[in-house]
Amino acid sequence: MKKRLAFYSILMKDMKNYYLKPPNISWGIIFPVAWTLMFFLRTGSPVDIREILPGVMSMSVLFGTTSMLAVTITFERKSRSFERLLLAPISLNLLMLAKTTGAIIFGVINAFVPVLFASFWIDFSGVAWGTMVLSIMLIAVTSTFLGLFISVSVSEVFEAQTFSNFIRFPMIFLCGLFIPIQALPIVLRPLSYLLPLTYGADILKNSINGNGLISPWLSLLVLLGFSFGLFLTSTHNIKKKWIY
Amino acid sequence: MKIIETKQLTKRFGDFTAVKGIDFSVEKGEIFGFLGPNGAGKTTTINMLTGLAKPTSGSITIANEDGIKNIKKVQQLIGIVPDESNLYDDMSGFDNLTFCAALYGMEKSKREARAKHLLELFNLADTGKRPFKAYSKGMKRKLTIAAGIIHEPEILFLDEPTTGIDVESARQIRKLIHSLNKKGTTIFLTTHYIEEAERLCHRIGFIVEGRIVKIGETNELLQEAQRENTVEFSLDESAAFLAPSLIKDFPKVSVKTVGEHTLRIISEEKVDLMPFMNFFDERGISVREARIIHPSLEEIFVRITGIEAGKMKKEKEGKRK
Repeated sequence: MKKRLAFYSILMKDMKNYYLKPPNISWGIIFPVAWTLMFFLRTGSPVDIREILPGVMSMSVLFGTTSMLAVTITFERKSRSFERLLLAPISLNLLMLAKTTGAIIFGVINAFVPVLFASFWIDFSGVAWGTMVLSIMLIAVTSTFLGLFISVSVSEVFEAQTFSNFIRFPMIFLCGLFIPIQALPIVLRPLSYLLPLTYGADILKNSINGNGLISPWLSLLVLLGFSFGLFLTSTHNIKKKWIY
Repeated sequence: MKIIETKQLTKRFGDFTAVKGIDFSVEKGEIFGFLGPNGAGKTTTINMLTGLAKPTSGSITIANEDGIKNIKKVQQLIGIVPDESNLYDDMSGFDNLTFCAALYGMEKSKREARAKHLLELFNLADTGKRPFKAYSKGMKRKLTIAAGIIHEPEILFLDEPTTGIDVESARQIRKLIHSLNKKGTTIFLTTHYIEEAERLCHRIGFIVEGRIVKIGETNELLQEAQRENTVEFSLDESAAFLAPSLIKDFPKVSVKTVGEHTLRIISEEKVDLMPFMNFFDERGISVREARIIHPSLEEIFVRITGIEAGKMKKEKEGKRK
């Protein structure tokens, strides 16, 4: 009960202090809207919109989650208010789950902004909604933990953003969001399979268009593996660097 | 009854040893002062005791719990007020307090009542709805202390509670520390204001270069220093050149030059003024003033650490600004 209360309070505090702040709401809405309109207006035909929808959704989640984590963790660390949380009688795992849950929710909501826009142009018949929601959640979890890993590795907010961009932008091109992996130069393809978003986007493609290339079960396992790996590495780094 | 006990507590950062095998204990219900110059190892020790740093070796026992293995259990019993007011800028005073209470698992009705009570106690009731960033330095400090005691801890760690704030706020905080202690809270205090430690602490430990060099009851430390008799002479001429002749004529005393025109005669026996007056008279030097000095804790600190307390205080305040 006490742990649940602490978890809920940290989550609500972050929601109120960061995620529900007008600049972040606008970031959460404007960014996916901009991407969505850019691609949708360019492609024009309903079929193409459905083709690019998984990519736009994945990107919205990736950028939303990683950007927010840089603020909620790095900024609090810098202002020393994060110490207050480290000194509270709750385990580090619970604390980090509480700190990341807000970003996961934010990421999931971001993913549905393109869906909302697409609904004006395309028919969603044949979409496996259950798998789609599951894949969005998995992408949000993995991206959030990737953001956590980055936030723990740096000490300034701008460093976190720079580091994130080094990972995020190559992912747009390497993870099959808009360019199929088979269309990439052969030397780059192994790199694609080392990035978690490849697997998330593939399940999403499967659920929306039924044209994924990887077994959904394999993608699910890989994403879970990435999530656990990134989370455990991040908490290990916190113990090493912040509880010195 | 010992509520905090460390044995051979050591912290190394690579080749540098910040805390070198310290042994000390704090009794339940006392105010324990932990004094030392900047970089002596005070904050590292507090960080180890509160769980923000892991000791390299040694042991910590807090309220009969292993302070290293069961740190999360220990953290439920302790309150921490860091040297910087680190609450959330955009949250109101009230929200900051209720959030901190929630971290310790306090239920909503209880934490709200407690937050209201503390805001009143700290004279912050009128500003409870204001965001923390709009508070003055003194108000921020008081709210940070309130956040540290929101869950009614048995032990409160106060790191520099009054540094960098106005005189009135500092006075109120000292009063609050005293009243908290009267209600049974054990207080572990670090401060650069030696007179504050002298006024508040039951016992004091001095840490220098990672080692505890002196520990004892404040009264005993003062009495020990007061066993020596010190008389200060203010002269109308430069005092420095007189020291060698004084030592020659009065071999049982030691002489210390304090400023350009002032000398201190320190003796284990009572100092008879007349022979010294004659000494100055024979050399045609007028004595403007002669007074008995009662050694304060500040002088003990200077003697132990070799650092002028005023200088250290300025350094610390400069750092904060």
